[in-house]
Amino acid sequence: MAYTLNVNGRTVTADVDPAKPLLWVLREDLNVLGPKYGCGLAQCGACTVHIDGQPVRACITPISSVGTKRVVTIEAMENDAVGKKVQAAWSEIDVAQCGYCQAGQIMSATALIKSKPKPTDADINTAMQGNICRCATYTRIRRAIKRASGQSEA
Amino acid sequence: MTTTQTRRDTLKVSLGAGGAFVLGFTLAGKAGAQGLAAANAAPGKLNTYVTIAPDGIVSIIAKNPEVGQGIKTSLPMLIAEELDVDWSKVRTVQAIADQATYGSQLVGGSTAIPQHWQSLRRVGATARAMMIAAAAEEWKCPPGECATDAGQVIHARTNRKVTYGSLCTKAACITPPDPASVQLKASKDFKIIGRPTPQVDTAAIVTGQPLFGIDFKVPGMLYATYLKAPVFGAKVASADLAAAKAVKGVRDAFILDGSENVNDLMNGALAPGVAVVADSWWTAQQARAKLNVQWAAHPTSRSSSEGFLAQAQTMSRGAPLRTELKAGDPDPALASAAKTVEAAYHYPFISHANLEPQNCTASYKDGKVEIWSPSQYPEPAKAVVARQLGITARDVTINMVRGGGGFGRRLVNDSVVEAAAISKQVGAPVKVLFSREDEMKHDFYRAAGYHFLKGGVDSGGKITAWKNHFVSFGKNGAYSTAANISRTEFPARFVPNYQLDVSMIDGGIPTGFLRAPISNGVAFITQSFIDELAVAAGQDPMAFRLKMLDVPAAQTPGYDSARAIATIRKVAEMSNWGRRMPARSGLGMAFHFAHSGYFAQVAEVKVAANGDLDIVKVWSVCDVGRQIINPLGADNQVEGSILDGISHALYQKITVKDGAVQQASFGDYPLLRINKAPAIENHYILSDNNPTGLGEPALPPVIPAVTNAIFAATGKRIRTLPIDTAQLKA
Repeated sequence: MAYTLNVNGRTVTADVDPAKPLLWVLREDLNVLGPKYGCGLAQCGACTVHIDGQPVRACITPISSVGTKRVVTIEAMENDAVGKKVQAAWSEIDVAQCGYCQAGQIMSATALIKSKPKPTDADINTAMQGNICRCATYTRIRRAIKRASGQSEA
Repeated sequence: MTTTQTRRDTLKVSLGAGGAFVLGFTLAGKAGAQGLAAANAAPGKLNTYVTIAPDGIVSIIAKNPEVGQGIKTSLPMLIAEELDVDWSKVRTVQAIADQATYGSQLVGGSTAIPQHWQSLRRVGATARAMMIAAAAEEWKCPPGECATDAGQVIHARTNRKVTYGSLCTKAACITPPDPASVQLKASKDFKIIGRPTPQVDTAAIVTGQPLFGIDFKVPGMLYATYLKAPVFGAKVASADLAAAKAVKGVRDAFILDGSENVNDLMNGALAPGVAVVADSWWTAQQARAKLNVQWAAHPTSRSSSEGFLAQAQTMSRGAPLRTELKAGDPDPALASAAKTVEAAYHYPFISHANLEPQNCTASYKDGKVEIWSPSQYPEPAKAVVARQLGITARDVTINMVRGGGGFGRRLVNDSVVEAAAISKQVGAPVKVLFSREDEMKHDFYRAAGYHFLKGGVDSGGKITAWKNHFVSFGKNGAYSTAANISRTEFPARFVPNYQLDVSMIDGGIPTGFLRAPISNGVAFITQSFIDELAVAAGQDPMAFRLKMLDVPAAQTPGYDSARAIATIRKVAEMSNWGRRMPARSGLGMAFHFAHSGYFAQVAEVKVAANGDLDIVKVWSVCDVGRQIINPLGADNQVEGSILDGISHALYQKITVKDGAVQQASFGDYPLLRINKAPAIENHYILSDNNPTGLGEPALPPVIPAVTNAIFAATGKRIRTLPIDTAQLKA
């Protein structure tokens, strides 16, 4: 099936099986490699992208369900006012260890700050619980979200 | 982070294991001086590691694989410091796998900092001396009159300055000085070492640039999945290859023969299985589901976790396979002790659970193969791949690609040999990628262990006897990988009557090194049992530990108990040890020495009436020598290790049934998530010892610190991991 998609503000096409998950269409057919494969079961969050502004696990999202909705990945966060702040906080604090999960973390954190501009610790726990960091950079993720949302980091 | 300095009377001069010899070797490579001259023919190339361009940009080779430990940043920092350049002008370049040129390229054992602390600084200092020599030649002045600063040579008397960039061609033709002869900076003059420095790949990480093995693509590359038997090493009896090949997009499907022997698998040999190659990995996975593979019988197909436990219990009642160490006479000492304690402890197999699954890209053509792998130890893969493909190791080229987590899993190059074998068979470049289920079911697990302990204390509250019958895994008297305990492992030598017995189960489960190997299980056992003995003696767990460590230094070569004591005292002070705690709250303490680092940690927990466990805070104090190379990276490693240990304590457990691992995903093998991550306070004691690594040693003590805190809060002693919170109900 040929699909016309809106990825990072561009119209693109992919001729793929309707069941193929968005993650693999992005990575294999569109060469958008920021979203990562971690589990394929929506358990780890490494594949998180925004669809119409909502954080979504691309690994369980069949391409046939995407339609013309706006798909935004880590690659476009530099053009997003909130995303850019989140990336800056992530860089300054040097959150990453291996870095593999961080694209997904940044996508979830950006969506959180957009829905709750001053997230509390409890908000952070709820919104970020779906994103595993195997290196366990959680204390820095918490600080980076506080910094990106202009709050005290203590 | 916070730091304190300690100075001690004896300055220990211990060259890093790399030492000056390695430098000479790495500078010149195999070809010696001639090779060096040839290498320097390249413009601006000063030695194997350093190239300076006319615009002043300094390229520094990052010699070791990067899997998140920060070494791609911290090793080049050592060179840049002594080269005396501005860090913003440095570009790091990942080396290829080439031990003949670079020496050992291994992520493991927290060894990189101690091995390179001297040798890579000498690499930088040697290149700096060449810059000075080039400037002095131009200025016709003695080199001794020249200084350097931020990529410039300076002649103060005549107020002349010249940039490294403009000297680079000339400097590259200077004969390098003997690395052993160059003067290294005093630590007070460091400008890069000791400065919090973000990872060199941070910008690429936060913008989602392709960096990892899984992201790597070559033209014409196909994707492969490789299905292995649930029972380790079982061969393929039959498979419906036609059904897989009928799926649109599939290029080929075939059976590969491999080793049935678990020891071979632990050394990276190809496992038997079925490969499906397609133009998409997702497609290959869909086709793999149609293979309907029948697996041949295998000798270990009946093993189970329950069976291992029963075997261990039986073994504990009999004579051990052998006694690893006996000091004094433990049996009479136990008989005459004022108080004795007997306890059985157990920790399970656990999986590395790298977030980036194992993967490798290989391109075989005309008897040569080029490989792109996030391996932690690529060099040994060359011989294994060569043997598998029937070529020579010289014809195997391995490029090192950033890995999404290592933790020891990528020390085994199973994905490398799979990719190479499949590429040869299909005649095209291939990327092999494990599914999450493959990752969970085909790991080289941290070995489970069973410890049957007896201990005795005298009326003065001192430990007089310690006996451990350790039931581990192994075959024919040889331990399975990382399933051993060192004969000198603490508390050997600290207890007058000590005995370590061992028995082994032949389980057929491949084991391997997992972050803080051996220590990650043993610290739990030892530090918990010390706590039990402290309770039996009616003593404070901290005071009891200090008393235990009070032995003459000569009695414990290689274990500096004064350093351990300093960390304990400091962590007690930071955590306000001994304070009154509310009901069902408690503090627990543990210390551990591993990977040359001394750590003491205190955990504070709160246990709800329903058993829910809240780890409120962890205080950590370490002594890893006089200098923290990159405080930003160091803190991240310490905090990550502590939370990793908490993840072991709370969740991680691999079980075996019918010879196969039962867990398949993060659903049945949970990892720590942000909502359970406690606050951490971290302190470094800067003692006058050479710096050592931080990738591992912060992990082991946190587990018993937490379980000891649970005892303080509830009176329930945790003797089996992971913690069963159902036991903790009020």
